Amino acid sequence: MNRFLVPLGVFVALAVVLGIGIRHSPDKGIIASPLIGKAAPQFSLPALAQPERTVSTQDLKGRWYLLNVWGTWCGECRAEHDMLLKVHAAAIVPLIGLDWKDDDAQAQAWLAQLGNPYESVAVDRSGRAAIDWGVYGAPETFLVNPQGIVVYKHVGALDENTWTREILPRVQGTPGKS
Amino acid sequence: MTVRSARRRWLPLWLLLMSAGCWALDTTVLPDPVLQARYLGLTHELRCMQCQNESIADSPVDLAADLRAQVREQLLAGKSDDEVRAWMAARYGDFILFRPRYSWRNAWLWGAPAALLLLGALVSWRIVSRRTRLLAQDQEALDEDLRA
Repeated sequence: MNRFLVPLGVFVALAVVLGIGIRHSPDKGIIASPLIGKAAPQFSLPALAQPERTVSTQDLKGRWYLLNVWGTWCGECRAEHDMLLKVHAAAIVPLIGLDWKDDDAQAQAWLAQLGNPYESVAVDRSGRAAIDWGVYGAPETFLVNPQGIVVYKHVGALDENTWTREILPRVQGTPGKS
Repeated sequence: MTVRSARRRWLPLWLLLMSAGCWALDTTVLPDPVLQARYLGLTHELRCMQCQNESIADSPVDLAADLRAQVREQLLAGKSDDEVRAWMAARYGDFILFRPRYSWRNAWLWGAPAALLLLGALVSWRIVSRRTRLLAQDQEALDEDLRA
């Protein structure tokens, strides 16, 4: 009897450990960002359509904002565009676009055709700013608090669920803090 | 000449052409052979975040090319291998490193082989010592039988 108790115990212990691992593993392919809880990486880039103006993270300090990384070459970005327009219409947190390795004319045509949900759009033609933000596939959306700390990251098309369950509670949960 | 031998004759050429595809992806050459070796080492141990099971050296996607360019620039700027790794991990997390770093979160993984080895040694020592004891008893019984 004792002979089988030890292997059985080992098996149960292993099953529990693996079970916890599987239950707590995030969605496949989604990688936790090391930026969460850290200061947002700085950039100062020309604004789309107004290259003489710059969009800089420094100017965004003191209020909440969503940084949305997109490009006209990205199919999922089209899929999330309606949601972005809704977020814009809600006027709760401004959307800042980061146009990643894109063509300016095409980006402008895209916004003219589908509507522009962004307060401003920074043009990251080299992709260097996107690397600083640890972007590996558009669309990606970061929520940054008034202290300039990245508090949340969503990989893939933004949806209603993410907006109401992840983003809104974070923004509205700290009304006095800014 | 048969068709088969004619085909064979072209085989080396085909092999040569096929192999060309493998090394044409990254044609970066750094001025210093030592830097070049470090560049190749680093690009082979950094993960392509888009394809995930390829290194940035083997991946044809844009982001991998951008990250290779970063490695090149930083090596040319005199950064150490560890500094380049840390720079990458600060942006993309430890996931980008194919060669994992030690941290309190994965400490048990690093310790597991030693712990398992110790456990195995303990179990086999117990088995062996028990068997030797049994062997001695058997021998005693046998001796008694022979004497009788």
